[in-house]
Amino acid sequence: MATLITPPHFSAVEDAEALRNAFKGWGTDEKAIVGILGHRNAVQRKQIREAYDQLFQEDLVKRLESDLSGHFERAVYRWILDPADRDAVLANVALRKSEYDFKVLIELSCVLSPEEFLAVKRAYQFRYKHSLEEDVASHNQGDLRKLLVALVGVYRYNGEEINAKLANSEADILHEAIKKKDFNSDEVIRILSTRSKAQLNATFNRYREEHKLSITKDLLGESAVSEFQKALHATVRCINDPHKYYAKLLRDGIKKIGTDEDTLTRVIETRAEKDLKHIKEVYYKKNSVSLDDAVSKEISGDYKALLLALIGKQD
Amino acid sequence: MTLNDEIQALTKAFTGLGVDEISFVTMGRKWKPEERQSFRKANPDFFPEDERHFERCDLEKYIKRLEQEFMRFKEVIVLWTLHPWERDARMAKEAIENGPEAYAVLVEIACSRSSEELLGARKAYHSLFDQSIEEDASLNIEGPERKLLVALVSAYRYEGSSMVKEDEAKYDANAIKNADKNKLLEDDEIVRILATRSKRHIHEVYKQYKLNNNKTLDEDLAAAPILQETVQCLCSPEKYYAKVLNESLKDGADEKIRKALNRVIVTRADADMKNIIDEFQTKYRVALSEKIKNTARGSYKDFLLNLVARGN
Repeated sequence: MATLITPPHFSAVEDAEALRNAFKGWGTDEKAIVGILGHRNAVQRKQIREAYDQLFQEDLVKRLESDLSGHFERAVYRWILDPADRDAVLANVALRKSEYDFKVLIELSCVLSPEEFLAVKRAYQFRYKHSLEEDVASHNQGDLRKLLVALVGVYRYNGEEINAKLANSEADILHEAIKKKDFNSDEVIRILSTRSKAQLNATFNRYREEHKLSITKDLLGESAVSEFQKALHATVRCINDPHKYYAKLLRDGIKKIGTDEDTLTRVIETRAEKDLKHIKEVYYKKNSVSLDDAVSKEISGDYKALLLALIGKQD
Repeated sequence: MTLNDEIQALTKAFTGLGVDEISFVTMGRKWKPEERQSFRKANPDFFPEDERHFERCDLEKYIKRLEQEFMRFKEVIVLWTLHPWERDARMAKEAIENGPEAYAVLVEIACSRSSEELLGARKAYHSLFDQSIEEDASLNIEGPERKLLVALVSAYRYEGSSMVKEDEAKYDANAIKNADKNKLLEDDEIVRILATRSKRHIHEVYKQYKLNNNKTLDEDLAAAPILQETVQCLCSPEKYYAKVLNESLKDGADEKIRKALNRVIVTRADADMKNIIDEFQTKYRVALSEKIKNTARGSYKDFLLNLVARGN
């Protein structure tokens, strides 16, 4: 369920004019910007951009970029993009970061539907004149490259059919590999990066039935965990329980505020129109504090106001 | 026409590719029993004389031959009328099932189709086989080609017109140059470049490679034929296809190689047939249509010629 709250009456022209007013004069009226954009869905945001362009012969996005700054500017910029375009930007940002964040790529491959992911890849090509696959391949090496390029290149079958025998045999293959700490085996990568989500979930269930421990717990083990193991863990989580995955990311993101707001922005903006409500429920269960309260307490300024609007905090 | 000529014509009628139906029709109209006997005697391969001097028919061989040759027309029609995506998906499935001798077909599909065509084939694969081509390929292709082939069929290459970066191409060309000659197929960089880069970029890599080494990329990859085929399909598909067509039209080519004739002509008729025709002429000094006229028969021949003519 989405957390975004949109008003019953919508006029792209009115919104465009209101935004124009927010830019006029000294400084910018950030509150107005949040009040409008923080309560519009993707279709509406697109219409507002078009109306703004027609009325004022100016690109709303460029105007926002130049008038705003900091966390807030980045968040507003990403919010106003089309969802597929936003994901493309987030993927590119992640690839170029000095503290490389491969989780973004895993999310795209494992949480989005195959058709949604395809739209992201198209948007990426349009924006960056490279394919996502080439950039992921050239920004990675070794085992991580093997996994990520496979994940990013896949066009998963999206049917619900499950082959129980296959789930058995592949659960065993995964278990063997994990037991031997053979995490980067071709078979592990093959299974995780080519099977349909329905088939993989059946496999993970089978894993837990047979071996009493869930594959995610087994992957992390007891000793120090490599980056590659973390990537595998994220892959399984995203396919198996994305709400839990995102709730954890939010928790980590809030704790690291000031050093990493990218994760927080990403999770909230990419899920606000999808399943952020479910994610909030998991968040509360795990942390005994609501996401709304956590954001209110740990974050400040206009950035906070935007996030609160997106996560559905009623004033 | 003398009887001898007619007998020769009839023999010819089903010993090329396809069947010259009209010759058979004529036989039905004209030939008396003695003339049919002369035909049987003139074809001891199909009608071996036994110890009682009776030209019995090697039915199995004769029927098999006729079936095979009549089937060619049926096959090319079916191939032609399928949606291109379904056609590619079915050919890919067959290639995966047939093993290493058929992997070149996977290379053809992955490398000579446009990004959207390949994507369409992958969609069709979902519909037809309830699984993705990646699942099937990665599970069933064993051996060193697996990495390359799975990567190739998963490709979604950039096809826009932005400028190619020369320094990136130089870097990639070097990476290929430095690959371990004994493990070319499994070299991560080679797979990365050939399976993710845009075609225009790969053309530039080809160019840079030639500038900096005295040999061309495909020459240097000769140790791994499938890599050569990949580079050829990506950089100069008309050369690759002209060669495949020539092989398929040779006398005594085996059935597997013969199948390429239908596949190439149907899949390239509306693509780059004109370039293939030109290349064929340049390389083999004979028109493709001439070669087909000499080797194929009947309606099958006419259909192929029509497809080839679309390229003119």
